[in-house]
Amino acid sequence: MRKYLAFFRLRFSMGLQYRAAALAGMSTQLVWGIMEILMFRAFYRADASAFPMSLEATSAYVWLQQAFLAFHAAMFMENEIFESISNGNIVYELCRPVNIYNMWFSRNLAKRVSSAALRCMPILLIAVFLPAPYGLMPPVSFPVFLLFLFSLLLWILVTVSFCMLIYMASFFTISHAGIRMAAFCAVDFFSGAVIPLPFFPDRIRQIFELLPFAAMQNVPLRIYSGDLSGSAMWQALFLQCFWFLIMAGTGRAINAIAMKKVTVQGG
Amino acid sequence: MKLYGKYFVMHLKSVMEYKTSFLLTCISQFFVSFNIFLGIYFMFQRFSKVEGFTYPEVLLSFGITLMEFTLAEAFARGFDTFGSIINHGEFDRILARPRGIILQVLGSRIEFTRIGRLLQAIVVFAYGLAVSDVRWTPWKVFSILLMLLGGTVVFSGLFLIYASVCFFTIEGLEFMNIFTDGAREYGKYPVSIYGKRVLQLCTFVVPYALIQYYPLLYLLDRGKPSYSLLPLAACLFIIPCLLLWRAGVRHYTSSGS
Repeated sequence: MRKYLAFFRLRFSMGLQYRAAALAGMSTQLVWGIMEILMFRAFYRADASAFPMSLEATSAYVWLQQAFLAFHAAMFMENEIFESISNGNIVYELCRPVNIYNMWFSRNLAKRVSSAALRCMPILLIAVFLPAPYGLMPPVSFPVFLLFLFSLLLWILVTVSFCMLIYMASFFTISHAGIRMAAFCAVDFFSGAVIPLPFFPDRIRQIFELLPFAAMQNVPLRIYSGDLSGSAMWQALFLQCFWFLIMAGTGRAINAIAMKKVTVQGG
Repeated sequence: MKLYGKYFVMHLKSVMEYKTSFLLTCISQFFVSFNIFLGIYFMFQRFSKVEGFTYPEVLLSFGITLMEFTLAEAFARGFDTFGSIINHGEFDRILARPRGIILQVLGSRIEFTRIGRLLQAIVVFAYGLAVSDVRWTPWKVFSILLMLLGGTVVFSGLFLIYASVCFFTIEGLEFMNIFTDGAREYGKYPVSIYGKRVLQLCTFVVPYALIQYYPLLYLLDRGKPSYSLLPLAACLFIIPCLLLWRAGVRHYTSSGS
């Protein structure tokens, strides 16, 4: 466990070095957030009765989404890993007395957490001070806030274990671009990054909510604003745990198989 | 112009060497922006109108913006990746040749793979045209062509700014993505839905509205005929971009190796 913590710390402090990039990213995300909210406002004005969430909850959703973008972005994967698999440098990693899965998992986790840590605070601060329906509302209550934090943690665990599955798949395919692209589109669409899941027609939404993608941003961001509460919330939290365990378990199993039959491409 | 034709043929030939890879990249290009379309589709399952625009009308806006952006990206891609040209010292080589600098940078990259996205934009736009009841006149067809021209020029201008900034910072600025990727993303709806302020910004600062919102009003018989000429005014945007580029070239010191 200690060596994986060390990997985590290493990546975390590496990630904190990119402050200028974070600043540029933050300004982009602020503009993105504003445009997104203006768009929802237009639809809200067009027909408030058809709007499935309150405008406040939608704004909170958008701001949290922008603040924790690093938890979501599926393209936020380590190219080094893909390259090491395709060019054979992976042998150096295999020589180490560590479990590849655990090592990559902690590295990826650290990269995302450090990036979010740098970016989230300024965005959240600005969002809090924006006028009422467009800013970030305070959490509904303290217990709900704690549940939000818990769900946030599950979100990143689910995302990272999903990305691990893609890394694992690239052991078998050599070319990873296709899988990556497909996964990227699927995550974006089914997790509620394009439009939040409540905006889908009910029938479709009910199916989407069972998929592993819904266990990503959909749950924490809706718990925060109280849009998801009661038994539906507990079910969603349960699904988050469930998908995390399933995907992490599968990932480790594939890892074990891959380690046995991996053929290193020459050179 | 003849030289550019040569560049064009050269890139086309090199792409055709790897047909499968080309095809796959085209397909993935198609799917990336397909998500945006799905987002619009499902929003209109719930709402019938936004700021007076119906679903087919929004599709027109989405289609035309995506076409404009994609054309600019396909041809001005050299400016988009200009950071690497500077980084690798290739710009010295360009300066040494007795031909136009801009022409050479333009010719350094032509992305044929954007055809996947362009195709989607055309299909969506055609569908939008078929479903919405636009009354056709020859002038309207002409105005669509003007929109494509103006849009390609405006987005190319933005890429040019992006490249000019590289002269001063060596690297490209992620910040500039707001103006290019952001416009592609949010140009899916007519600019007016984002409110008056945004419309003003998009008219007088970066003229997105001149290549999308106003001519669209004319197409839908809601605006004055003079709106159809606004894309030409938008082309003026290229002038400050070129001035910045000039300043950049003058400022250039080789990072070479």
